[in-house]
Amino acid sequence: MNRRTPEPGSWLGIPEFPRAAKASLQDAEQRKNLTHATTTIRAKRVVRASEVPEWEELRTAAAQIKDRVARHLEQYLLQAEEAMTAAGVTVHWARDAADANRIVADIAKAKGVDEVVKIKSMVTQEIDLNEYLEAEGIAAWETDLAELIVQLGHDLPSHILVPAIHRNRSEVREIFKEEMGRYGRPAPEPISDEPSELAEAARLHLREKFLRSKMAVSGGNFIVADTGTLVIVESEGNGRMCLTLPETLVSVVGIEKVLPTLEDLEVFLKLLPRSSTGERMNPYTSMWTGVTPGDGPQDLHVVLLDNGRTNVLADPDGRAALRCIRCSACLNICPVYERVGGHAYGSPYPGPIGAILGPQLRGMGDANTRALPFASTLCGACNDVCPVRIPFTDILVHLRHKAVEHKTAKHPTGEQLLMKGAGWVMKDGRNLASVQLGTRFAGRVLRGKSLGPMPIPLASRWLQARDVEAPPTQTFRQWWKDEHEGGAK
Amino acid sequence: MSAREEVLHRIRRATKDVTEPDPVVDVPVDWAYGRPLGTEDVIADFVEKVEDYKAAVRRCAPDRAADTIVEALQALDTKSIVVPAGFPEPWVTALSEAGFTLHSDDPQLTHAELNAIDAVVTTAAVGMADSGTIALDHGEGQGRRALTLLPDRHICVVHEYQVVSDVPEGIARLAPGLRERRPVTWLSGGSATSDIELSRVEGVHGPRHLSVVLVAD
Ligand code: SF4
Repeated sequence: MNRRTPEPGSWLGIPEFPRAAKASLQDAEQRKNLTHATTTIRAKRVVRASEVPEWEELRTAAAQIKDRVARHLEQYLLQAEEAMTAAGVTVHWARDAADANRIVADIAKAKGVDEVVKIKSMVTQEIDLNEYLEAEGIAAWETDLAELIVQLGHDLPSHILVPAIHRNRSEVREIFKEEMGRYGRPAPEPISDEPSELAEAARLHLREKFLRSKMAVSGGNFIVADTGTLVIVESEGNGRMCLTLPETLVSVVGIEKVLPTLEDLEVFLKLLPRSSTGERMNPYTSMWTGVTPGDGPQDLHVVLLDNGRTNVLADPDGRAALRCIRCSACLNICPVYERVGGHAYGSPYPGPIGAILGPQLRGMGDANTRALPFASTLCGACNDVCPVRIPFTDILVHLRHKAVEHKTAKHPTGEQLLMKGAGWVMKDGRNLASVQLGTRFAGRVLRGKSLGPMPIPLASRWLQARDVEAPPTQTFRQWWKDEHEGGAK
Repeated sequence: MSAREEVLHRIRRATKDVTEPDPVVDVPVDWAYGRPLGTEDVIADFVEKVEDYKAAVRRCAPDRAADTIVEALQALDTKSIVVPAGFPEPWVTALSEAGFTLHSDDPQLTHAELNAIDAVVTTAAVGMADSGTIALDHGEGQGRRALTLLPDRHICVVHEYQVVSDVPEGIARLAPGLRERRPVTWLSGGSATSDIELSRVEGVHGPRHLSVVLVAD
C-alpha cells in the first residue's frame, strides 16, 4: 500500500553518540545553522530572564512544585483523573508506547477518520505515533511550521522546540517547493526564501487541512489536578486550530505533567516562555477544562502515559529529570549540542535533557543509550539555565556510574577504575579544581604539541572520535567565566 | 492487571521512599502566590509590552470607544465583521452605521464562513501588563474560541480596570472562571513563528493582525 504521509528518517540507523557526533561534526552547514540559531536564542533568554527580579525564587518554586508532584504522583494523578472525568473527558492510561498508540488509533477508527491534524508534541515523537497511525492507514499531519519542515523533508527532529533548527531558509524553500504539492496545496509559485513567504506557504497549505479535519492529536504542557484543566502553550496558532476546530481531540500526556493547583500555573507561565523562546510570553496559551457545549471539540480524550517515567521516578538520584518542562534552554546553552546537533543523540530528546532522560526512560540495555551520559563535558552551563533547576552534572555522573556498572557487572576494567577517579573528581568542587590545576600545568609543559595515543583503554577509544589538542592553559570554567560574564544567569 | 492499575502500582513502588503522606508538608513551596509587581504605571507598561509584539494599541476615553473601534477596523482595511453575542449594543450600532457588513454567530457560522470573514471584534477578560498578555474567557462579548481564530484580524477592546500588573494577579482573576470550566485563551501579540533560522515572522495561523482598543475608566 502507498504511504499517505512522507516517510520520515529513522533513529535506528544512527550509531552510538561518539560515532554519530563525529559524522555530524563534518556537516559544516548544519554546524553553521545551529551556531547561528543557538547564539540568537541564548542572548534572548538572558535578556528576558534578567527582566524578572525574582527569577531565582521562581526557579526554586518550580523545582519544589515539580518535586511535590513527583513524590506524590499517585495522589495527584487520581485527583486529575477525577476532575477531568467529571468535566466530560475520557481518561485512558498507557503503560507504554504500544498502549498509547493503540488507544489513539482505536479512537480514530471508532470515529471513522483516516487523517488527524497534530500539534507539535514531544511525547508523540517519543512513542512514534505518526508511523503507527500510518501503518493503520491513518495520515497524521504535523501543523507546527518546524514539524512540517521535518515531515515534508523526510527528516528527523533535532531540537525539542525548533525541530528544524538544523535547516536554513534555502533548504526550507527547496523542501516546500518539492514536497507540498504531493500532500496538499502546493507552495505558491514563485516563492523566495524569505521566512515570511515560507510561513505564508505553510499557512495556505495547512488551512485546508485544519478546515476539513475531524480529529486532532496533541500533547499537553500541564494538567491541573484540582480542576482537570489542560494547558498548551504555543506560538503560531496551529495549536489553537487543532484544539478548537475538530470534533474530537486526543491529548497524550506524560504522567509527570500534573500540577497541583491553578495557582501553580503562575510560576510556570512566567518561567517557560522566557526560558524557551526568550519572549515575555508565548503568543498563544490555551486552557480548557473538559467539554464546553457549542465551543470546541465535543469529544475529548486524555491518554496518561508512563513509557518509562516510573523508571525515572524510582531512582531518587535521577528523579529530578522528571521536572523538565521542555523549554530547550539546556540544549541552546550546551557546547556539545551546539557542535554535534540533535540527531547524534539518537532520540527525539537531544542535548543535556536527552543525556539524562534517555538512559533513564529506556534503561541501560543498549549501547546507544548507555553512551548518552558521556555526551557532556560536565561544564554545568545547563544547571544554571534550567528553569526547574535540574542538577544535570550530578545526574550525569550518577548515570555514568550506572552505565559503567551495567557494562562491567562481572569484570572491573580500566574504564571502571577511571570512572572511580572521575567520581572523586566530580564529587567535590575542590577536587575538580585541583585536577584542573594539574591539567593547566600539563598544558603549559605541552604547549603547542598534541597528545599522542594513550596507553589506557578509555582514552584511546575516546581519542578515535576526537582531535585532541594539548591541554589548554586555561580551564573551560575560567574561559567560560571570562567570555560569558552574565551569559548564564 | 489493567494499564491503569499497573501504572499506579509502578508509581507506588517507585515512590516507596516517600513516607510523609501530606504533599504540602513533605515538600514546602517557598513562593507567595498572587503577588502584584511593583510597577509604577501598570497601564503604560501594558501598552509598551503589547506594542512590543507589533500589535497596534489605541487608547481612548469611554465616550470615544465606538469611534476608536471603527477607526481600528478601517485602518485594517476591513469590510465584514463577526460580532459575538454580548458585544455592547452602542458599539454594534456604530459599526453598522460605519457601513461594515456585520455577522452574528447565532445560529453558529460554519468554519468555512468564519474563514471568509475579514475581522472579529471582542471584549476581553483580563490584561496582564508585564508580559503584554490579554486573556479571553470566551464569556459575553468574546464569542466561542473559533471566532477569534479564523478571521484574519482581531480587534480586542480592553478596559483599563481589567489590566493587572503581572501573570500571578491575572491567574487569580481568571481562576473563578476556570473553576466554572470556562475555556481561556491568552493572546500575547498575534500569531508568530521563529521556526526558520529563529527569525520572527508575525502571522502564521491565527489572526495576522491584533489591534487593541484600551478604554480609560
Ligand atoms: S531540562 Fe530544564 S532546561 Fe532542559 S528542557 Fe527541561 S526544563 Fe528546559
